[in-house]
Amino acid sequence: MTAYEPVIGLEIHIQLNTKSKIFCSCSADPWEAEPNTQICPVCTGHPGVLPVLNRVAVEKALRLALALGAEVAEVSYFARKNYFYPDLPKGYQISQYDQPLATGGALPLENGRRIRIRRLHLEEDAGKTKREGGRRFVDFNRCGVPLIELVTEPDIRSPEEAAQFLTRLRQLVRWLDVSLGHMERGHIRCDANVSVRPKGSQSLGEKTEIKNVNLIDLLRPAIEQEIQRQIQVLEAGGQIEAWTLEWDEHQRVLRKMRGKETEADYRYFREPDLLPIVVDRAWLEEVAAELPELPWEREKRFQEEYGLPEYDARVLTTERALADYFEAAVKAYGGSPKAVANLVINHILRLMNEQRLTWDDLRVTPARLAAILRLVDQGVIHKNAAKKLIPLVQERDQEPKVVVEAEGMAQMQDTAALEALCARIVEAHPEEAAKYRAGKKGLLGWFVGQVMRETRGKANPQEVQAILRRLLEG
Amino acid sequence: MDYTATAWDIAQAVRAGKASARDVLEAVLERIRAVEGASVRLLAPGEDPEALHRQHPGVHAFITLTEERARRQAEAIDRRVAAGEDPGPLAGVPITVKDILTVEGVRATAGSRILYEYIAPYTATAVARLEAAGAVVLGKVNLDEFTFGSSGESTAYQPAPRNPWDLDRVPGGSSSGSAAAVAAGMGPLSVGTDTAGSIRQPAAFCGVVGLKPTYGRVSRYGLIAFASSLDTVGPITRTVTDAALALQVMAGPDRYDATAATRPVPDYLAEMHKGVRGLRIGLSPDMFRITYVDQATGELVETRIDPEIEAAVRKAADLLADLDADIVDDVPLPHLEYGIPAYFVISRVEAASNLHRYDGVKYGYRTPEPVEDFWEMYRKTRGQGFGLQPKVRILMGMYVSAAQYSQRYYERALRVRTLIRRDFERIFDPEGPYRLDVLLGPTTPTPAFRVGEVYGDTVLMQYMDQLLVAANHAGVPAIAVPAGLNRQGLPLSVQFIAPDFREDLLLRAAYAYEQAVGGPLPVPSRLD
Ligand SMILES: [Zn+2]
Repeated sequence: MTAYEPVIGLEIHIQLNTKSKIFCSCSADPWEAEPNTQICPVCTGHPGVLPVLNRVAVEKALRLALALGAEVAEVSYFARKNYFYPDLPKGYQISQYDQPLATGGALPLENGRRIRIRRLHLEEDAGKTKREGGRRFVDFNRCGVPLIELVTEPDIRSPEEAAQFLTRLRQLVRWLDVSLGHMERGHIRCDANVSVRPKGSQSLGEKTEIKNVNLIDLLRPAIEQEIQRQIQVLEAGGQIEAWTLEWDEHQRVLRKMRGKETEADYRYFREPDLLPIVVDRAWLEEVAAELPELPWEREKRFQEEYGLPEYDARVLTTERALADYFEAAVKAYGGSPKAVANLVINHILRLMNEQRLTWDDLRVTPARLAAILRLVDQGVIHKNAAKKLIPLVQERDQEPKVVVEAEGMAQMQDTAALEALCARIVEAHPEEAAKYRAGKKGLLGWFVGQVMRETRGKANPQEVQAILRRLLEG
Repeated sequence: MDYTATAWDIAQAVRAGKASARDVLEAVLERIRAVEGASVRLLAPGEDPEALHRQHPGVHAFITLTEERARRQAEAIDRRVAAGEDPGPLAGVPITVKDILTVEGVRATAGSRILYEYIAPYTATAVARLEAAGAVVLGKVNLDEFTFGSSGESTAYQPAPRNPWDLDRVPGGSSSGSAAAVAAGMGPLSVGTDTAGSIRQPAAFCGVVGLKPTYGRVSRYGLIAFASSLDTVGPITRTVTDAALALQVMAGPDRYDATAATRPVPDYLAEMHKGVRGLRIGLSPDMFRITYVDQATGELVETRIDPEIEAAVRKAADLLADLDADIVDDVPLPHLEYGIPAYFVISRVEAASNLHRYDGVKYGYRTPEPVEDFWEMYRKTRGQGFGLQPKVRILMGMYVSAAQYSQRYYERALRVRTLIRRDFERIFDPEGPYRLDVLLGPTTPTPAFRVGEVYGDTVLMQYMDQLLVAANHAGVPAIAVPAGLNRQGLPLSVQFIAPDFREDLLLRAAYAYEQAVGGPLPVPSRLD
């Protein structure tokens, strides 16, 4: 049996997080707005209106292009993609065709493999239609929301790589503040072109296109299924036809939408209502100067500079705000970065997740986190107490020290008092003390527990253990 | 002030408090009642527009009269004058608007059934600027459906406008109602549009002035698009002064039109009076003939233009030479004859796309018949809503922009367009062999033709625009100026063409000529 190798390319639409739409001043985030409330004559294609390009959309596209190392065209053009559909009010979509904004570049996967980018261009989104009670309704809110279309070369070799590409792209667009990147809201929409070929072959087989696999968890099984189907067809001596497929979420299978013969002719031509996009050197340099360190660069630096394990570095660079938070805390603290990483990963992220906090909501600032770490270092609180302290600092929006005092969370610093307490506990439990002395060493923990209960956790358990051992064995 | 007053005279009188905007308006409304004729409407099946015209003979310029709105505007102007405020340079001037431009709250039909009862939610920039300058909108005037025509006859709203100089003749098109209204004394200024001569040709047929500005000089926002890369908005007036006055107000950048030029707008009225001494004015032999495809044989046929028109142009050159202009003969425009075929392709590709939006989903006409699905709704709506001309153009546009033909037709037409543009660059090049300031030529190859004479021959109809379309391809400004009457009493017209954004030169030549030829034509007496 021949061994096959999948060849996968992705076509991804990214919704930009601009304030206004790409060609008018309506809000570009119509999520959850009542149907047809975020519209105007321009985005609903009234007679006589003209599009006016939103410069911020171009800037965001430039940011992504530069981050991917793509080549930005000095002059690029908008074109009309003509077709009829009720959710497309002008009967054409303003897109870019023969001269896109940027070409080339690549996105690195975790294993370092670079997935090349073919092109990246700007376009407007269409609206939505739905059927209800035998009638069809159209919501134009999404019309004119700015999108970047990004097309990869067929460099992806497995469903896992495809999923990883999408995950990393999502991370990047959020990192660059290009898109909110909520996949469940359709901010990132993905079509996959899939073909297979005998391993080692350099030629490309006929491909099929899987439409609208917009969740990472969907992309993987959909591509996997299609690879298996194609291999079966080829093994049975058949030929792959250039179908367009869609994912049926109910049955969790791919279905054929249409064959190649019904492929539309969009009669592209240059949009006469818009001037060419001219990106001069100065503009490009300005965007480049403001480009942040990329997530994978930062991940590497966290390992090298702070000695973090790969896992920690990766987690801490999933989001730019998180990475910024971590680094600010490291600087404020001045101690072990790994200790900071532990607190952030184990406690801060959990807190944010449980309480559904945004970075703006977070009251445990990097300075306060550093203060907590210092309290541990100084022995004022035990390191396990941080778990309890962090939510309290968040809740009260107070300095950790203030919270520790108010809650009486400080460890017992008075050794004499602690010794007296331990002695009282040993005296009060002669039977257990006898058993311990007879060799049942496991009872030491039980004694420690008694002391800790009496002190309501404020004693340093290591210290308690040492005192008890001395009392019981001495 | 009576209905024959020019925009300049009205504005001066109203601003000085010597006439009230309300009185000026009433005089013009009175005139409209006297000469407008039938009330224009969508034809019922089987109805004969000619019968409607005979029943109520007249000019039939208006699709929508906005009398009450106009009264409110006029009264507001009068209040401003009374309060000592500046009512604007067009204070109290009653204007008409070609029904391809939007006016907020007023229906915009584009001369088509498919926009029936569509009420525009905003005002076109050019119109808004005129209103802000004190103009009073009388109403929306008729046109060829979606501007697709050169006679005015293809409108869905009938009877179509007639030529005020001879009611059996067409006023030209597509700004048919605009030129007819201005010529007939129904408002001294109309806002028209020109994609391949649609301002200048009807202006020529009706004996009025029509100015097509440089592409981008006047915002297209609110102009219902035909061929977006060729469409321009400009004034139709009885005098060159009024054209200058109107352009002054309409021109300039617009935040709603990215293709509107940001170049500063000169003082046209001041420039206009500078005379033609030392201006280099060219004549081209290529403007005295037209070339077209004979429908029967498919051969290219060349014919000379009407001899009376040619004579009028040569006479104009003599008059300007007497004013010390330098006349440059034999200026070549070798690609002029390809203007119409290239225009056929480019305009139809853009038109087909621009007309996609009329689908019955959002506004305008929707088929009242039951439908299976929205595809059938599309087919029926567009089938019933569009007239013949849009359908012909959509079909051809779809064809020549299809992936397999686009190279052969569309790309090629764009190259022809570049060549025409270079013809003009060469003759206007200050370092070149001709160094022209303006080009002088005829506006149309013939005077106004009879109703029904050319209509139906879509191809011949468009070759009527051969001398006009070059300026649209090249983007340069052009003006049509009346050149007296021919032996039959029909208006003749000459055309001036200037380099990009040199409307100032255009107006200098046009004004000098208008004065030399004996002033503007009067409102034709035959109507009374
Ligand atoms: Zn909008």
